[in-house]
Amino acid sequence: MHTVVLTKGVPDFREGQVSFDENGHLERGKTPTVMNPNDQFALEAALQTRVRHGGHVTLMSMGPPGYKDVLREGMASVYADDLYLISDREMAAADTWATSITLSAAIEKLGTPDLVFAGFKTADGETGHTGPQTCWCLDMPIITHVVSLDVDEEAGTLRAKRLVEGDIEEIETVEASFPAFVVADPEFVPSYRSASHRLTLKDLRAETRERAENFEDHLTIWDHADINVDPDYIGLDGSPTIVSSVDPIPKAPAEREATMVSPTSREEMTEVLEAMQPLAAGATGTAEATGDD
Amino acid sequence: MSDTGQEHYEAVVVGAGPGGAAAAATLANYGVETLVLERGVEAGSKNVSGGLIYAEESAPYTIDDLFPGFREEAAERPITEYFLHNVAGRDVKTFDLTDLHEHDTEWSDAVLRRKMDSWLAERVHEKTRETGGGLLSGVRVNGLLRENGRIVGVTCDELDPITADIVVAADGVNSELARDAGLMNWEHPEQWFQGVKAVVDVPGDVITERFGIGEGEGVAHLFSGDLFQDVRGGGFLYTNQESLSIGTVFHLDSLVAEQAEPHELLDGLLTHPLLAEWLGDDYTEIEYSAKLVPDSKKVALREPHKDRLVVVGDAAGQMQAQGPIIKGMNHAVSAGALAAEAFAEAKSRNSPETAGELYAQKLRAEGVMQKLRPRGYDAVSAVGERGAVANLTDSLLTSSVGRIGVRLLGGQLERLYNTPALSMMVPDTRTPYVTLPTVIAEELGTPVTDENTVEPPSLEERIGDLTYDTDIGNPHIKLRDNSFEASGAAVTACPVSAVNFGGGCYREETMQTNGHEERVVSLDTQPCVECGTCAIVADTEWNHPRGGKGVEFTQG
Repeated sequence: MHTVVLTKGVPDFREGQVSFDENGHLERGKTPTVMNPNDQFALEAALQTRVRHGGHVTLMSMGPPGYKDVLREGMASVYADDLYLISDREMAAADTWATSITLSAAIEKLGTPDLVFAGFKTADGETGHTGPQTCWCLDMPIITHVVSLDVDEEAGTLRAKRLVEGDIEEIETVEASFPAFVVADPEFVPSYRSASHRLTLKDLRAETRERAENFEDHLTIWDHADINVDPDYIGLDGSPTIVSSVDPIPKAPAEREATMVSPTSREEMTEVLEAMQPLAAGATGTAEATGDD
Repeated sequence: MSDTGQEHYEAVVVGAGPGGAAAAATLANYGVETLVLERGVEAGSKNVSGGLIYAEESAPYTIDDLFPGFREEAAERPITEYFLHNVAGRDVKTFDLTDLHEHDTEWSDAVLRRKMDSWLAERVHEKTRETGGGLLSGVRVNGLLRENGRIVGVTCDELDPITADIVVAADGVNSELARDAGLMNWEHPEQWFQGVKAVVDVPGDVITERFGIGEGEGVAHLFSGDLFQDVRGGGFLYTNQESLSIGTVFHLDSLVAEQAEPHELLDGLLTHPLLAEWLGDDYTEIEYSAKLVPDSKKVALREPHKDRLVVVGDAAGQMQAQGPIIKGMNHAVSAGALAAEAFAEAKSRNSPETAGELYAQKLRAEGVMQKLRPRGYDAVSAVGERGAVANLTDSLLTSSVGRIGVRLLGGQLERLYNTPALSMMVPDTRTPYVTLPTVIAEELGTPVTDENTVEPPSLEERIGDLTYDTDIGNPHIKLRDNSFEASGAAVTACPVSAVNFGGGCYREETMQTNGHEERVVSLDTQPCVECGTCAIVADTEWNHPRGGKGVEFTQG
């Protein structure tokens, strides 16, 4: 089984990490770049197939040279056998279309894998285009919003449970033959019900953490010539999307006083309860009055 | 895979404490394919002990035989001095019991279980992986797998059923497997002790200074007398490298009878003037914990096996608490390794089904069973623990005649306490725990003049400082009978519950029904420290939380 997982570096939007200037514009230079959080689920899905069926997981990204740390993060935190960074000045300022052309060319250059995994939209652009467009370029069947996955290696098929319309209330089971493109939903949960799978998982996790320490030994960087694409079809030149302006993030409409409490702190939760007590007393009063207790 | 399509290992070891680790390492040494399943998020995260591990000269196996480097890397301080303090109010008479402590002792170290067990688990995983198995944490074995009524493997919360040629139950004092096999019941408080412990932050150089010991030395202090109200039991203090383990151990039936609050008894020790010089003015508690301790002389299984199941360590009641010396982990190590040895031998004779019997034989042949269930005790307890005799001994001792006796014996008492054969036969009555130490202190003791300024944290603070991963909506303990009569004892005996405390596991409530009041208890398992007290003193359906859930001890 050869699987490729696509990932992207995004600004770390977590509290305390992200910086905005006075116009509300993101300060990329001051905000660290991390692996797109949703891509973790794609990697988890790929790791599950690796544990159960063996093979090889390639983690791939397109972006500036600094994105190699994003790849390292994926290798260290979840899993990867090798890393590919598609990086070239010609690819700068690509929109999702040009990115998809680039990624699909790189995947084909690897030789068509059995499965390609992508996460459910990135935390910065939030378009959700790149996965499906790349799949379209590769001419593979696509299954999105996947929450669980079973592969029948002999038959060359996979069976997936997916959320219909992204709704947790409705789940359908679909099948596809290899090669196929899978978009993992943030609700994806890997399943390891046998001890031997868990032992393999433990081995693989230890190996990948060790490998990540010298990740550059496992990293290949390709430019446009390596993947044999015409510069006119990639980067800014190949991007039909034009961003005309960016509006600052509007401030919250009202400045309310907020106190952060930890749900695991008994003391702090007691304060919350005490603050709510007068309201609760009123509610009880009403219930008694109407006798609907 | 077995014929039935189930996953199969030659050996499955349940629990990665010292017993499980010894069993697994020995099995791997014999080339047996061994799977170890541990319910904690990491080995040691569920495990608590008072904190002394012994290597006995007479033992068939010791932990450092099986795991070279154990003392240097996994243990705290070697215990080089051992004292017993007889306390009556401020009066204290101290006996040096180092001779008794050193009897049959190759070495003895203080340990903290999170550090110790996770260290062991790493080595166990490496060893067992080489023979086709390995160690998995976060997996809770919830019962025995049977085929045609015979035990053939285990069932788990997280994994599909697994078959094995041998199942080693090393799942601790509240062994769900021993219960499932019908080998243990959790009904009689008099068969158990409850231990409660505080790990207190004290820097290493302060420890050596306050206790007057060298860098590679450690000390144990035991406490008995009138500082625990009338509850039968005692206290201990052990020096770790950078902390102190201070705790109390009481007979569970006595705790219930006196309706004592375990955390208050612990506070009674922490605030006694005797501890002032060791605790200083700056008391920082790192962790509050509790566990049950089986009383081996009453519950150690003489035949700890059934079908393909063998039971080792606390799960088999192999905890020797006799007189002032408490030995558990060393026996678990011996038992675990002997069980492994028995399986390897039975297998080589092509009769793996005889492993259980062979294991029991080895426990007897190696003298382990005699230590756990001394023949002398049966004779003494038959007479000495009967109410009338016990009361007579007690009142005789407190009478002027008895007091003269204690005075006359004077210095010889220390020598008597240091006699191993006598300490093995101490009866479970008030006399040795409360009356005798109190009389000794009153007659021979001198008053402590120090003022103890320690203010122990409240129970609420202690619970608040613990780490929990609560399995929301899936409580692991259910009350079968919530009447106060059936389950009310838990309100006081549970170490994380107390009368008039709303933040604990068990609370007493009054229900108005049809014009009359009913006393009931309610249960919230969130603060549970998984000690098992309520499994015995209340009417519950008691299980451990599933893998990785519940309390997580950082010290243990």
